[in-house]
Amino acid sequence: MHRFANPNRFLRLTARILPWCALATAAAFIAGLYLALGVSPPDYQQGESVRIMYVHVPAAWMALSVYSFMAAASAVALIWKHPLADFAAKAAAPIGAGFTLIALVTGALWGQPSWGTWWVWDARLTSVLVLFFLYLGYIALVNAFDDPIRGAKAGAVLALVGFVNIPIIKFSVDWWNTLHQPASITRIGAPAIHSSMLTPLVLMALAFAGYFVCVLILRVRNEIAGRKIRALRLVQAQG
Amino acid sequence: MTRKRRRLYFVLFAMIGLGAATALVLSAIEDSLVFFYTPTDLAEKDIPKDRRLRIGGLVAENSVKRGADGVSVKFIVTDLTNTLPVTYKGILPDLFREGQGVVAEGKIDAGGVFRADAVLAKHDENYMPAEVADALKKSGQWKGAPAP
Repeated sequence: MHRFANPNRFLRLTARILPWCALATAAAFIAGLYLALGVSPPDYQQGESVRIMYVHVPAAWMALSVYSFMAAASAVALIWKHPLADFAAKAAAPIGAGFTLIALVTGALWGQPSWGTWWVWDARLTSVLVLFFLYLGYIALVNAFDDPIRGAKAGAVLALVGFVNIPIIKFSVDWWNTLHQPASITRIGAPAIHSSMLTPLVLMALAFAGYFVCVLILRVRNEIAGRKIRALRLVQAQG
Repeated sequence: MTRKRRRLYFVLFAMIGLGAATALVLSAIEDSLVFFYTPTDLAEKDIPKDRRLRIGGLVAENSVKRGADGVSVKFIVTDLTNTLPVTYKGILPDLFREGQGVVAEGKIDAGGVFRADAVLAKHDENYMPAEVADALKKSGQWKGAPAP
């Protein structure tokens, strides 16, 4: 594991991966959007507004996945003190906050025609709003310190504490009565979603995941470059 | 014990402790976390009936009766065990159908009728094209909500 925690090896490796990652993401987006907006049929209950799902559901999955990734990276950073783990957690936060915002906004746009309301304070919606605030709080906390290492440490503790929210979001629709419907894909047995709608949904999920990986790589590379500049400036100021 | 190992155990125990504390808190305030009560909750649990609350369930088949004024509507909410009659005056959401989920907000009057001042449609987790839904109903394999 230490092999990949070396920043210079990371830079060399990702320079080769990045173009392929961007290409795969673009292909998945084009195919996914074409199938989702053009080919897939309207739903038997919701009609055309079902198409919002192809953005809403992948965004919500990524909101949870990115936070889990951040929490895992924070644990690695706290326990094993790998510098790249700190960079990865810090770089992932704004991307995850963006996914969460997309999920909240598209959910409201879908809720108005389907439920009859933009927003309700049920367990699922409220816990996702809390997740959005956790992302914002993490970003603010990490950037509040002059010393980036201390900021990363404080942020890592916050990311780990906030992780208790992730199972709450995931299982809120099963544990409590909510207005939000339970999961269609990850339930036991067959998915409750027809294959003509499942294919575009999976493609969009791959596109969102690919987008995350590409932007994460770019942001971590940026962070490494920033730290190098900072180290050079410190040397210069002392010399 | 190395420092890394000590930090690992510290993080693990802290996470387990935090998870357990959260689970205890959530189970203690479970009643205020539910978004609505089912008719069975109202019958069995000790829920104060004199204040505003939300009830939810399926709209019973053939129970929707629209008033002559075009905006008032009566229907029965069922959770397949108990039922509750509901009256409402206003615009219903698009997905309001017999056999589909519904959440209503309002008060129970003296006659045991729920007077709703807001009605929300609850969507289930099934997604399919209209042709597939029709085909399933024709072949008698319909497992989702009762046919609209």
